[in-house]
Amino acid sequence: MRTDDVPAPDLFLGLDLGSRTTKIVELAAGAVVGFEVFDTTHDSIEQVRARLDRRDYVRAAATGYGRFLMNAHLDCRVVTEITACALGTRFVRPQAGLVIDIGGQDSKVILLGNGSGAFADFEMNDRCAAGTGRFLEVMARLLGFGIEEFGRAACEGGEMITLSSMCTVFAESEVISLLAAGRDRASIALGLHGSIADRVYPLAARFDVNGEVVMAGGVALNPCLVDLLSQRLGRPVVVPEHPQIVTAIGAALAASCCVPL
Amino acid sequence: MPSRIRGEECMARSDELLKDLGLDVDLHRRIFDAVDRNFRETVLAQKIRPARMAYFDGVVHEAHGGRVREIIERRAAGDKLIGTFCIYVPEEIVLALGAIPVALCGGTSLSIPYAEKLLPRDICPLVKSTVGLALSNTCPYSPIEDLAVGETTCDAKKKTWDLLAKNGDLYVIELPQKKGARDRDLWFEEVSQFKSRLERLTGRTLDPERLAGAVRLMNRKRRALARLNDFRKEANPPLSGLDALVVMQGALLDDAARFTQRLEALNDELEDRVRRGIGVASERAKRIMISGCPSVLGNWKLHALVESAGAIVVCDETCTGSRYYENLVEEDRSGLEARIAAIADRYLKIECSCFSPNDERIDSILRLAREHRVDGVVQYVLQYCHTYNVEAVAVAAALKDAGVPSLKVVTDYAESDTGQLRLRVDAFLEGLGR
Repeated sequence: MRTDDVPAPDLFLGLDLGSRTTKIVELAAGAVVGFEVFDTTHDSIEQVRARLDRRDYVRAAATGYGRFLMNAHLDCRVVTEITACALGTRFVRPQAGLVIDIGGQDSKVILLGNGSGAFADFEMNDRCAAGTGRFLEVMARLLGFGIEEFGRAACEGGEMITLSSMCTVFAESEVISLLAAGRDRASIALGLHGSIADRVYPLAARFDVNGEVVMAGGVALNPCLVDLLSQRLGRPVVVPEHPQIVTAIGAALAASCCVPL
Repeated sequence: MPSRIRGEECMARSDELLKDLGLDVDLHRRIFDAVDRNFRETVLAQKIRPARMAYFDGVVHEAHGGRVREIIERRAAGDKLIGTFCIYVPEEIVLALGAIPVALCGGTSLSIPYAEKLLPRDICPLVKSTVGLALSNTCPYSPIEDLAVGETTCDAKKKTWDLLAKNGDLYVIELPQKKGARDRDLWFEEVSQFKSRLERLTGRTLDPERLAGAVRLMNRKRRALARLNDFRKEANPPLSGLDALVVMQGALLDDAARFTQRLEALNDELEDRVRRGIGVASERAKRIMISGCPSVLGNWKLHALVESAGAIVVCDETCTGSRYYENLVEEDRSGLEARIAAIADRYLKIECSCFSPNDERIDSILRLAREHRVDGVVQYVLQYCHTYNVEAVAVAAALKDAGVPSLKVVTDYAESDTGQLRLRVDAFLEGLGR
């Protein structure tokens, strides 16, 4: 028998259209078989359509802030990033009880339900960018760090310099004053990470958690923030292998019809 | 009052009248064209609406037209216009003295910049929108208002009254903060003083029989509103939450007797729709209660958001909901003082979060959740409304104990957070869908 005769397993796609990056995950026979992460541009539909045209898939589901845009132009399901993140987290970390997802312009804390993989409750930050990935980006640039090295550099901070403001605009002037006063930039970086942890901690601490605390989203790649959150919560915060695609995995699961929506 | 929307001629188009009143017609158009568009895109865009909703659309439509004209006529005949900002103002007393109560609360974000000339930014949008309409010279009721009646339900309002008292006639009713015996005495005293103030204003003496008549009228109005809300308990309600809200908004604006008649007619239509099995919700639609802050005329934001996400709002535990129509005034008391006491008793039963403690409100929410068989509760907090925001903690805990999921949304009148709100509401509904 030629291998060509074996039909390829059905392919399902999860599209996570975030404010900063877009993630596409391929799911086949219950396993992630590929993924892509790229910057979201002004022409999100064409970006995604071009990639979809290259693939032979059964169904796609869109999540993230661009989910309705995709749904209006492409044949796909729509699922909120809360449900998608919960599904994806349960998929990559079956023992998860709570997931902290800090994205480009919001942060969410999701309490997972028992068994099915859907969520039991969730909390989100207020409407501004305080304490999100965007805040980290602006502050990293201000201190002259690349976003990838920012967390590692902050871990080297000798002291945690407390910042009084979480507002992206006010924190920026505060950081400039500290730099002008000759303060060590790694310590300022540590202070900035501390203020994000202070912002996320109360959201997470509202829940009684059974199981692991998992961190998802691109900001989970920042080791300093993960450490600080672990300290605040008094328990390890687990980061899956590719935290930025967890929500897209959840969308692919939703596309594969294994959950009632 | 015309009872249908005539093409493009909407709320903003009464230029002659507005000019006669000395209002800023251009600014009025800018603000209320947007309100109109909002009304068209949310309320009027709905499908399968009861035919008799047309009257209530007309009430919104004529808010700055026909209603103002008829009040001008009544004032010419000697009646007084009383502007109110809260459902604690006893309408029975106003009506019994032949005066006209009209709620002047603002529900549009576009008047807010004109309030921020005077007021700080970080107070609630309802207070700012209201003050903004007055300060921008776009509220047609301001020039013809004989007395504005404030009350002490929150700090922002109290201090705003102090500022506004310098500009015109304003009377403030003091509301107690607790519901003990001393507080009841204070409240009775306040209601009596309000009566005296209105007697001076109108030059009329409150007649016990006319008061009894006003009590009967308001009871009839509240019963009709309660009946409307009974239809929302049906498995497939015959009207949407948005339409129920439009009726409620009209209740705070329209002539009480005419409104009640029209509402009773709408109720008959709804009864017929129920009998014939005509509903507005899909089989899978989740039943939602909105609880907390009011959605006053011009503000359809949360109801539209929830219902456009595929759910149906079946109950409003708000000032533009159950707090307005629940509890009647006892009718069988004789003597003026006993009748006023009965009115004071009814109003003190309103469960506003400005009271401490306010456990009765939680009992009511749980009862309404059962009666309307809600799948979930959305707690609606207008930004900077501290009492509803903090009380939401206890409400959420009580709902959780009762097995009813809830979601709190804190928002203002602006559209800027629609994306985030949409996400929260959609996710909440997905969570209910399991």
